[in-house]
Amino acid sequence: MKHVRIKRLEERIFKTLMMAATLIIMISLFMIIVAVVKRGLPAMSWDMVSKIPGGGFYIGKEGGLLNAIVGSLYIVIGSIFLGLLFSLPIVLYINLYLPEKSRLAQFTRLSFDVLFGIPSIVYGAFGFTLMVYLGLRSSLLAGILTVTILIIPILIRSIDEVMRRVPKEMKDAALSLGATRSEMIRVILRQVVPGIITAVLLSVGRGIGDAASVLFTAGYTDSIPTSLGQPVATLPLAIFFQLSSPIAEVQDRAYAAALILTFIVLILSLSGRYYSRKFSKNKI
Amino acid sequence: MDKIQYNKYRQIKELVFRNSMLFMTVISLSFAVVIGISLYYKSVPILDQHSLWDLLTGENWKPLKGEFGFFPFIMGTLWVTGIAIIISLPLCLLSAIYLSEYAHPYLKKIVFPMIDVLAGIPPVVYGVWGILVVVPFISTTLAPHFVEFSTGYSVLAGGIVLAIMIIPLMISVFVEIFAALPGGLREASLSLGATNWQTIKKVVLRKSFPGLAAAVVLAISRAFGETIAVLMVCGNVSISPKSVFDPAYPLPALLANNYGEMMSIPMYDAALMLSALLLFVIILAFNAISRLVLIRIEKNFAL
Repeated sequence: MKHVRIKRLEERIFKTLMMAATLIIMISLFMIIVAVVKRGLPAMSWDMVSKIPGGGFYIGKEGGLLNAIVGSLYIVIGSIFLGLLFSLPIVLYINLYLPEKSRLAQFTRLSFDVLFGIPSIVYGAFGFTLMVYLGLRSSLLAGILTVTILIIPILIRSIDEVMRRVPKEMKDAALSLGATRSEMIRVILRQVVPGIITAVLLSVGRGIGDAASVLFTAGYTDSIPTSLGQPVATLPLAIFFQLSSPIAEVQDRAYAAALILTFIVLILSLSGRYYSRKFSKNKI
Repeated sequence: MDKIQYNKYRQIKELVFRNSMLFMTVISLSFAVVIGISLYYKSVPILDQHSLWDLLTGENWKPLKGEFGFFPFIMGTLWVTGIAIIISLPLCLLSAIYLSEYAHPYLKKIVFPMIDVLAGIPPVVYGVWGILVVVPFISTTLAPHFVEFSTGYSVLAGGIVLAIMIIPLMISVFVEIFAALPGGLREASLSLGATNWQTIKKVVLRKSFPGLAAAVVLAISRAFGETIAVLMVCGNVSISPKSVFDPAYPLPALLANNYGEMMSIPMYDAALMLSALLLFVIILAFNAISRLVLIRIEKNFAL
């Protein structure tokens, strides 16, 4: 009987520990968001999101973060476009053209899983060497290229996940009606639209929040770039640079920028959930 | 256009599509090789002058005198990563077991989205949190009990921030591994009178050990490469840390902090590119090994 009591006790102790661990993780998420909001909210103003830095911005005078917000959007939009251009053909090829157990397909999946784990600073360094090699200066174009390299593995992995789940019968049906494989793509693509949207939202979140990749390549500027060859400011770097300022007003702006960035990312991940749920209802 | 011609056009279109897509897939596979080669090519100048061993074990980092010792940075990386794993591994393991073996589906519906949100928060925001919360906590509350003085910008701060950052990755891989275990194993153990926890300890954990190890390696490699958040809270002093309250200077932070001046000092760019190459090779190897293990597990259990 004693034995049973001990094992019951052990069960209860570990279950409590597990619940505590889960609770700690949840609380830490709240703590992060609360800390950022509490510090960032007082520093927020309409000027922050509607003005570019003025003359005395870096000693705490007028101006806002519009340059960084627009810069981040430019970079992300450009790299999503380029990224889809590269990743869609690859995902389509390994799913529709290669047989199910193909070595090439498995190797491709593995290699993008591995590339997904490569830190953005390494991509940044690679982007930098590429930039020097091509004779580019740090610019919007170089930033877009580097972020594209960073998000391609995310795009491929998450689109692939959805495309693998398309029923084989659907492909067979298209083929048996006489469609070629390239014509079949149109049928399959329509099925994986929610997957593509989720993948895009995920990569926007990653691309917009990543500092290490654009640190080397995109530069930083107070104005909004008008061509691909100009340097561009980004939100993460705005946070990073302004936090290292000794002036309190400038630091405040870093917290405001952190709040804006967190807000954007939260919206993205929530809408990603919403979309994938909305579409998955209609799925066969 | 008559029908035969039209079909010919379709066939040609198919051929063009197929081959261009094959071409892109193959090109994409050479990607890792291209990155490796270009970083190596950039770091050749310094490898010509110093042996790799001297660079890795050298204590002094004085670019102006031409001394490039990576040892303090490697130690900084190891310390911070070690702390992060020590903090997050038990938390993640316990929580993942709870979520996959005990928790009500309703709870899972709340917790998993929150973990996704945690995964989506940018590194720089974690850094801001570190500066706002973790660093002051260490310097005013924790450190005075153990050492005379600490600014709070320390190994421990980096470790805590990193620990929170790798939690989402670790939990989600853990949960996937537990889900891949065949249910029959658990039922067999439970039907013999074992409690839930005994089943977990003797069956679930034992059976999924290789997968858990692979997941930890994956998390370690993520922690290795994390840059901005760690850079913001670690203090960045190029000495090997002696305690958790000492500042550290991890390898990625070195790279990120000095890119501005690297063109002006000879060999500096080569040294920094070498550090990028080191990170790349180590993380590539770690990732490849753990992914292979995970793929194998998925296959074995799928039967």
